[in-house]
Amino acid sequence: MQCETISLELAGVADGLETLAPAAEQHVQRCLRCQAELAQYRKLLRALVSLRDQQIIPDDYLLGEILEALRPPAPVHRLHRRHRRVAYLGGIAAATAAGAAGAIVIATRLVHQREQLAG
Amino acid sequence: MESAEVDEFIESAKAGDHTAFAELVRRTYADTYTLAFRLLGNEEDARDVVQETYIRVHKGLKKFRGDSRFSTWLHRITANCANTYLGKRGRHTHEPLPDDPVIVDLRSSVDPQARVDRGDLRSELTEAVRALPPKLRAVLVLRDVYELSHGDIAEQLEISESAAKVRLHRARKRLREQLFPRGDEGEQRAV
Repeated sequence: MQCETISLELAGVADGLETLAPAAEQHVQRCLRCQAELAQYRKLLRALVSLRDQQIIPDDYLLGEILEALRPPAPVHRLHRRHRRVAYLGGIAAATAAGAAGAIVIATRLVHQREQLAG
Repeated sequence: MESAEVDEFIESAKAGDHTAFAELVRRTYADTYTLAFRLLGNEEDARDVVQETYIRVHKGLKKFRGDSRFSTWLHRITANCANTYLGKRGRHTHEPLPDDPVIVDLRSSVDPQARVDRGDLRSELTEAVRALPPKLRAVLVLRDVYELSHGDIAEQLEISESAAKVRLHRARKRLREQLFPRGDEGEQRAV
């Protein structure tokens, strides 16, 4: 068995959760290179776990940004909806009145023009 | 981080107390940011993912039954948000992922454990982890730094357990090759 073929497997058994096949296990017991590699994996894992204690401190603004993102939207009250409805109906009424006034002005001008042509 | 006080904040937040939830955020956000930064490798992405994480935590807190530690639950959500974020970024941009490992200048003659004890290896290791391709980095960070189970990792990253294991082994192998360059080990081969 070649060291290269079990190199990736050693990465899996270093934390003790997996085991090597018997043939590979026998190979490692006789192979100094693989034993050294396994020891390196174990050192690597210890070093990686030690990173858990290391905290990357964010800037002061992040907390505010998170809390702002969590802020519930302003509640919509019935009163507000009623006000919106009144404003909407008022808008329609105003537009209708403006349209009617415009029609009256146009009609009046037409009548004047006809009277001038007739006169 | 876990304490009876945190449990009280969780219960109050579940009952709708916004102040308690804000306090929960205040106590955990640096840890969440650290994980997000380790998974994504840059500050801006990490900030986005942290915000998304707490929005999801806020929505899902009532489902948290306390079967696992709150920090573990938070890590799972962070991992899932980071995975979603990476997926979206991958679909919307064509920026190449850093597949080539950054060369870390390490003195192989110095014992790595001693370097860890002195704090030297930490920064070298942090850089080496950051230089891993995102898919390998995510599995390695979640398993070897945060000690999530293979099942949890597979679920949050939406991959199979066997795929998670293969990625983990590849990530460990890359790091070992970088941190322990050939020449440190015996050249003797089995007969």
